[in-house]
Amino acid sequence: MQFPIIVTNTETVPGRQIVEFYGVVTGNSVRAKHVGRDIMAGLKNLVGGELKGYTELLQESRQEAAGRMVEQAQSMGANAVVNLRFATSSIAQGAAELFAYGTAVRVE
Amino acid sequence: MSPESIEVLISLLFPLVLLIGTYLIGTLLERRHFTDLRAREEHFRGFPAITFENLPAGWEATSSDVVQGSVVVSLDYFKRFIAALRALVGGRVKSYEPLLDRARREANLRMIEDATSRGFHAVINVRLETSRMASARGDGKGTAGIEILAYGTAIRLASPPS
Repeated sequence: MQFPIIVTNTETVPGRQIVEFYGVVTGNSVRAKHVGRDIMAGLKNLVGGELKGYTELLQESRQEAAGRMVEQAQSMGANAVVNLRFATSSIAQGAAELFAYGTAVRVE
Repeated sequence: MSPESIEVLISLLFPLVLLIGTYLIGTLLERRHFTDLRAREEHFRGFPAITFENLPAGWEATSSDVVQGSVVVSLDYFKRFIAALRALVGGRVKSYEPLLDRARREANLRMIEDATSRGFHAVINVRLETSRMASARGDGKGTAGIEILAYGTAIRLASPPS
């Protein structure tokens, strides 16, 4: 995950001073697994271990959610997002919401 | 043998073969994964990935960014069967423990690999999160997999540790 601005999950940006707060920024992404992946994962479920299809799926959607959050921060004029948090919730059968939120700030 | 008795035999044999087969493959894969984990952990020994929110005294950060690693894992058929049996009497469900252990270590290593590949010297404020992926089955029951996410703030130091 790489972003055009600084993103941290600490309350500060290490080594920098926060000069202005813009408030909470959020981004989400709801994804469903497609059937092909589901069948492959079903087979993989027999022997256990990593389900690569699902790992990738969640990675992509988390990336997208965080990307939206960063876009929102940039449109506010922020140059960093601090205290990033991730949340996942199952909202429907076979679909999951990936949610990222943080505080948009300006650092010097 | 009559056709009926062969049919009964097959219907009894199939789950048994599946149980033994998945047990053997699952155990082999698990053992291999642990060997791989140990080797990679050895390789990254000395790389600080810590849960402190603030920089330890004496560290001076020049830049930082969030890094993360994740993995979705599931139990094999045999161990799910054992876990279901265990749920009848309660107690320690041993078959899940190594699974979650290796998933956490894998996610943590992927995060560290993300940090080192981008030239960072340490990761602070490491957080581990666990979530369950529901399966797409119509009744909404069952678990498709368990996701472990490791994330933290990677930093570059003014005076990197040698």
